[in-house]
Amino acid sequence: MTARPSRHAGPSHKAVESGVTLTIGLLGAVVVYGSIKAGIGWGAEGPRAGFFPFYVGLFIIVSSAVNLWHTIRDDDGALFAEWGQLRQVFSVMIPTAIYVAVLPYSGLYLASMVFIAGFMRWLGKYQWPAIAAIALGMPIVTYLIFERWFLVPLPKGPIEHWLGL
Amino acid sequence: MEEIANLFAGFAVALQPFNIAVMILGIVLGVVIGVLPGLGGANGVAILLPLTFSMPPTSAIIMLSCIYWGALFGGAITSILFNIPGEPWSVATTFDGYPMAQQGKAAEALTAAFTSSFVGALFAVIMITLVAPLVASFALQFGPAEKFAVYFLAFCSFVGLSKEPPFKTIAAMMIGFALAAVGLDSITGQLRLTFGSTEMLNGFDFLIAVIGLFGLGEIFLTMEEGLNFKGGKAKIDLRVVLKTWKSLPRYWMTSLRSCVIGCWMGITPAGATPASFMSYGIAKRVSKQGKNFGKGEIEGVIAPETAAHAAGTAALLPMLSLGVPGSPTAAVLLGGLLIWGLQPGPMLFVEQKEFVWGLIASMYLGNLVGLIVVLTCVPLFAAILRVPFSIIAPLILVLCAIGAYSVHNSTFDVVMMLVFGVVGYALKKCNYPLAPLVLAIVLGDKAEEAFRQSLLGSQGSLGIFFSNGLVSTIMILGLIALFWSVISNGIARLRPAQPQAAQ
Repeated sequence: MTARPSRHAGPSHKAVESGVTLTIGLLGAVVVYGSIKAGIGWGAEGPRAGFFPFYVGLFIIVSSAVNLWHTIRDDDGALFAEWGQLRQVFSVMIPTAIYVAVLPYSGLYLASMVFIAGFMRWLGKYQWPAIAAIALGMPIVTYLIFERWFLVPLPKGPIEHWLGL
Repeated sequence: MEEIANLFAGFAVALQPFNIAVMILGIVLGVVIGVLPGLGGANGVAILLPLTFSMPPTSAIIMLSCIYWGALFGGAITSILFNIPGEPWSVATTFDGYPMAQQGKAAEALTAAFTSSFVGALFAVIMITLVAPLVASFALQFGPAEKFAVYFLAFCSFVGLSKEPPFKTIAAMMIGFALAAVGLDSITGQLRLTFGSTEMLNGFDFLIAVIGLFGLGEIFLTMEEGLNFKGGKAKIDLRVVLKTWKSLPRYWMTSLRSCVIGCWMGITPAGATPASFMSYGIAKRVSKQGKNFGKGEIEGVIAPETAAHAAGTAALLPMLSLGVPGSPTAAVLLGGLLIWGLQPGPMLFVEQKEFVWGLIASMYLGNLVGLIVVLTCVPLFAAILRVPFSIIAPLILVLCAIGAYSVHNSTFDVVMMLVFGVVGYALKKCNYPLAPLVLAIVLGDKAEEAFRQSLLGSQGSLGIFFSNGLVSTIMILGLIALFWSVISNGIARLRPAQPQAAQ
């Protein structure tokens, strides 16, 4: 990733796209390897389990090679995104990752309340009353709609068990 | 005439009070989904799918399909008022819709868009009513080779017709097939591609993929533009509606042409987005006001909206009659059928008459209800956009997590959703189409089964796919679709005087 000497700096599109294409090609190789392990030949019941995915994997590798060639050939020096833009994307991606990681242990409701509140406070700079209204209101509405009216169970943590919900 | 009797029986089902309530709820939710960034038709339906687990299948499909109609209507609101296409298929609507709004003709543009959507949908539903039973009864005779040929045609159309580079479409599609192959092989019962992980035993559920790729991926993309999302006000009064309606019949030719384009593009799984662009492009070339297109010409709103809605509706025809969905949203609906214990495909018309005709009847009613709802409630829906994104975004992310969890009551799925979200963002930025990836996850197992059964019948010879007139015709159509861009370039080169097709 080379920063270009321009007013708006950021990773170049060519570098990122090459990375994505190589990753896809690697995935194809993994599929081919897994298929060979499962058997790609002709067994007692006809084609064996790896027969179809083997060719799928080959297609992935070949098309990725073509895509990589196009990426390198068609490079117009465009940016993938500016650093500022990427920072904004990560400011959502990272909290979401923490939220998803914590969710199995804390239950959905507590994690969602903290997530919504944190998001509104940190990125939206809201006052606490507004934050409390939405961060508490949304999970309560969710509880009523999903668990009470439509009988869909959602993940619960220690607090819900303590409340006996 | 049997169809007419069946259709009336279907209306009797759709007009039950509970189903009407579900219909209105679905439309309203759908418009909200269509208006909000990050919540499109496909993942909106996927998130709300668990809510329908406890409903009877007919009410469930009515609600979900109405969410879809609502999302189709909703996309137009944001395109015209704010120049923000809520959905990819409403991008073409912004070209003339937004300039009209800037000239103070927002109400006219909205009325024209909603009415054209309704006309397009109605045309497609009538087509479905007449054609779907025929296709289904024809498809009942299909063997494995014909079935595979239909899948082949569907996927080739993606490669040939999508605006993304063909090899990227192929790569995306094959990733989908690979993901579908993970887990238990349905024919031999052998495990494959799991690499010892127990979580991967059941493979990847495409609903999780849809929520991640389209929901989270879209939010991440929106974040690049920052949080400064500005909304506006809008109002439609009856006088403007009637005035606009009076002017619409003048454009009957544009409407009819867009209906046909939409239906065609909807049945072949190219989908609503290319249909709207194609329809706009042709209208621009053919119309007398062609040079005014892009400056606020009402015809430039009618053409893409009619085609998008016709395509969106027509996408349900192959889903119902062949079990091959024509769009990601149709694929999610198909996933719903499987969860409710119904087998999509031609047998549906024989075994589940009430369900099929209830759904078809609800398409007529749902679109009528949708038209009334959007015409009367535009100010309300426009107000949703004035809620800042820093409130909307966490709420949508939480909803996505709930949707992903409740498909299988598994927190691992929520993690997978995030992975798909990041992947979706990266692929979208690199110009990979996501729709073929999702459809390949849905259809992968079935396509593979059909392929292997055909080969089993022919002792491994690929000749089986050209062994009779029917299967050869479908395969050749598939090959034409696959190489369509090459063929059309060739034709264009032979006739250099012809103007270039507008994008």
